[in-house]
Amino acid sequence: MTDIAIPPARVEAEVDVEAGAPPRGLQIPDFQIVPRMGLILVAVVLVCLIVAIAANKLWPLTFFHVAFGAAWTIIDLFLGLVLGPIMGKMSIPARVEFTTRLMPKMVLIMPTVVTATLAAGWQLGVKTGNVLSISQNHGWVVASYIVVGVMAVLALGLLEPANIAVLFELKKPRPNPHVIEKLMKRFIYCAGILGAMQVATLVIMTKLASG
Amino acid sequence: MSERRLPPVTQLGMLSLALIVAGGIYLSAHLPDHVPLAPAVALLAASVLVLFVNIFALSRVRDFAWGRFFQVGGWSLLAYLVIAGMILYVFLQDSVSGGTLVVLTLSLAVFAVHVPMLVGFTVARYADSGDRVAA
Repeated sequence: MTDIAIPPARVEAEVDVEAGAPPRGLQIPDFQIVPRMGLILVAVVLVCLIVAIAANKLWPLTFFHVAFGAAWTIIDLFLGLVLGPIMGKMSIPARVEFTTRLMPKMVLIMPTVVTATLAAGWQLGVKTGNVLSISQNHGWVVASYIVVGVMAVLALGLLEPANIAVLFELKKPRPNPHVIEKLMKRFIYCAGILGAMQVATLVIMTKLASG
Repeated sequence: MSERRLPPVTQLGMLSLALIVAGGIYLSAHLPDHVPLAPAVALLAASVLVLFVNIFALSRVRDFAWGRFFQVGGWSLLAYLVIAGMILYVFLQDSVSGGTLVVLTLSLAVFAVHVPMLVGFTVARYADSGDRVAA
């Protein structure tokens, strides 16, 4: 995993020590920590999810589980194994600009994608019988619970709080580069581990789908 | 960067979440069959205990950005109540009832409280002194 730490020399060079001034050369674009317009899309997705679960039809449940599950897996893999190392090599201003544009969206996307995948997935498992203990796939389904459980603890305990805290830090008139460095390190390392764990999800889910 | 010493809120929060998740996996692995509840209740009780220890430890911190903590934690709580509600809704759709439903609901309640607490804590610990207000 690429180290995204901000080198101390660069920190001293780029951060203005005068009180009240933003770090020198660091343009922080205006952004919303939680994009308000995105909340409408989230609400629409959740309402559709409730309808799909209430209807209990195979296609809507499969659509929600496969489409959102694929999004979850790909986002984790791409962020952890591709974007993370790239971010580590970016200049600090570029990294800050990228962060302020990416992370607010992640605040809404990831919880929505995960909730839709899990809720539709459970209902789909009940409908197809995969969650029943007599199912020949039951062992694989329980394995998927364990993988998701480990990912949930990492994502909810470390990644999500770091994501929100970085955005709050970047909203300050004088963001502390050391705090951003520390939180971004946590975010990128967690994303890398989650990306690697998503490979296990792919193995389990393709095994379940192929019977 | 010199940091003030704070209780291990994140570590305890992750332990509590791990216990809840273990209980959830145990219950889910048995549903919709009859589930012996003792292991799930034990995991839930341990998780609740860790949650209370965490709240107690955090409540003793002086000069903390409580305003920021409750602001961020409050909005996060709203979001995680929606998520927990969605998960509970699915189990209700599948006619989960009785003791299993009670354990699941309480587990989701711990989840819905502890995650916002972690988010609020992580933001508040780095808040400027100007943001700090009396608890």
